[in-house]
Amino acid sequence: MRCEDVAELLPQVVDGGRADPSVRAHVEACLRCQAEMVQYRKLLKALHNLRTEVLEPAPGMLPGILASLEAVGERGAVRSLLSGHRAAYVGGVAVATAAAGAAGAFLVVSRGRRRVRLAS
Amino acid sequence: MAADLADLASAARAGDRAAFEGLVRATYADAYTLAYRLTGSEEDARDVVQDAYLRAYKGLKRFRGDASFSTWLHRITANCAATYLVKRRKARHEVLDEEQAPADERPEVDPEARAALAFERERLGAALQGLPAQMRAVVVLRDVYDLPHEAIARELGISEGAAKVRLHRARRRLRERMFPARGEPGGEEVADAV
Repeated sequence: MRCEDVAELLPQVVDGGRADPSVRAHVEACLRCQAEMVQYRKLLKALHNLRTEVLEPAPGMLPGILASLEAVGERGAVRSLLSGHRAAYVGGVAVATAAAGAAGAFLVVSRGRRRVRLAS
Repeated sequence: MAADLADLASAARAGDRAAFEGLVRATYADAYTLAYRLTGSEEDARDVVQDAYLRAYKGLKRFRGDASFSTWLHRITANCAATYLVKRRKARHEVLDEEQAPADERPEVDPEARAALAFERERLGAALQGLPAQMRAVVVLRDVYDLPHEAIARELGISEGAAKVRLHRARRRLRERMFPARGEPGGEEVADAV
């Protein structure tokens, strides 16, 4: 196996990726590939160490995030308020319609009775 | 800290706005750091973080608590950054600092070692910013934030195989930049140091 072929596989072998036994055997016997493997290990360690580093955001960032959340919260509240009003409106219309229907039916029935009484 | 975040997340899910604000206060610098590493720009990172918190707030009911809130937020931030970068579609070319090799591996020992670590971080940061955005996203999420391949693929909208290929290419490029061979700029000192 040639170093050039092994070099292609080192980035996946370095953190325990699957590797053909012949690749491992080559690395064990080849100083050049071992040196590359050491470099990859150092690289991974340095990348992993970045996790502890926290950059400082600009001072206005937190108020900006909170303000945008506030705006979303207010929009949500207004929306739920409006949908509540809409439900009340629709409910009101339905009740009014039902009441009007009942009143109409009562009038028709009572007029019919009056006509019957007059006729008798 | 993790327990505090879990409590805050649980209260926020129940509709406590102040608890969600507490989550933001506790995590925004970390989210900004990730967004900056993914986008390479302070301004873009700010927009990505703002978008990420809005999405998190709206999607809080979907947070089941089986992962930590930080991990969940990292995934949302990665997704927002990917969307943002696709929209932006403009290449950024940063100048790489290739002066010297990383020096000491024991930063706790002395000020010189700490300075060396800071210098190494600066070089690594520059090398990361020199990567194409798609490659940088994969290596940052995997090797810095330890997200699984499957989660990275999902958040970036690519296949798991593609995520792995990008990761290996990114590692190779970073190694070449951090440890240039003899004859390349900075190669003499590095080759001697390794």
